[in-house]
Amino acid sequence: MGENTRPRLLEIRQGVLSKNDRLAQELRARFAAARVFVVNLVSSPGSGKTTLLERTLSQLRARGHAVAALVGDLATENDARRLARSGAPIRQIVTDGICHLEAAMVAAHLEGWDLAALDFLFVENVGNLVCPASYDLGESMRVVLLSVTEGEDKPLKYPTMFHAADLVLLTKMDLAQATEFDREEALAAIHAVNPGVPVVETAAKKGRLDAWLTLLEERAGVKRASPAAGG
Amino acid sequence: MHELSIAYSLVEIASQAADSMGIRRVDVVHLRLGALSGVVQDALLFAYEIAAKGTVLEGSRLAIQELPVVVHCSRCQADRTLPGIQHFRCPVCGEPTGQIVQGRELEIVSLEYTDPVPEPAPCRSPNGSTGKPPR
Repeated sequence: MGENTRPRLLEIRQGVLSKNDRLAQELRARFAAARVFVVNLVSSPGSGKTTLLERTLSQLRARGHAVAALVGDLATENDARRLARSGAPIRQIVTDGICHLEAAMVAAHLEGWDLAALDFLFVENVGNLVCPASYDLGESMRVVLLSVTEGEDKPLKYPTMFHAADLVLLTKMDLAQATEFDREEALAAIHAVNPGVPVVETAAKKGRLDAWLTLLEERAGVKRASPAAGG
Repeated sequence: MHELSIAYSLVEIASQAADSMGIRRVDVVHLRLGALSGVVQDALLFAYEIAAKGTVLEGSRLAIQELPVVVHCSRCQADRTLPGIQHFRCPVCGEPTGQIVQGRELEIVSLEYTDPVPEPAPCRSPNGSTGKPPR
């Protein structure tokens, strides 16, 4: 051939998700500048994300806060229709089969929204306890839901996601007795994979969201405007 | 299963790097994969083959270096390797710790390639230096 070959090495040293991470950092800076508190909600399908969000949006509005939500779903727009009943601006992100949200999808769906007018923006991720763990969305807080109808050891089965949580919500607590939910075992599993992570209990259908809402207000640094308002 | 998305990102970064250096055939792509990266090795290997099709990486091997989680134990004042990802406690003293030193990596380290080079190559250093130095 008249040519020599020699094995060579090209150093790259770059994160595979560096593009998403960079976009997420840009979003985080935008959210900070607009002083909007952004919550990324993650759980298995059926853990109660949409119900929790529906009630959370209504109650935060009743407490005088401006709220909006982006809702990720594999194929349908049902959740957005459901959430629109809360009166808050809602946009659906249909991922067409992609099992997680990425920062670029969030950025694309914010167009035309005045972020500075919002106190809270919720991002309901696709129901999945694996894939969304890898994708930073620029959120202020990542909240992982565990419902009492799931196994108490779920955090041990999906440690990466629970490890990445800033807060864990135990949802459907009104069903705890009926499902013989072992609260201590669940707490032990959560804290095994994420020592010290705060855990808050909710029962959205019964309107028991106070501890969660108060925590949101504290973290966001906003005050409840109308103490008389309630569910 | 988001490994296909991951594989496409990986291939995009690696093939751009290869193209920019005029590399026409890549043999091996070296990847560091932390136990907390959320990526399953076998699924990624499978997805890689699909994602690499039609690119300069087609037919190359993805060499994955798996990294266990290393935490910093504030009681021992030492970094400790965890045997798994289900118990974030110091394996020596039992102190709970979430202070991660290693384990989240999902990083392309380097490419190995064999390029036909003209012979002789007078301007190349005799020890076969390997392109850009790190950093």
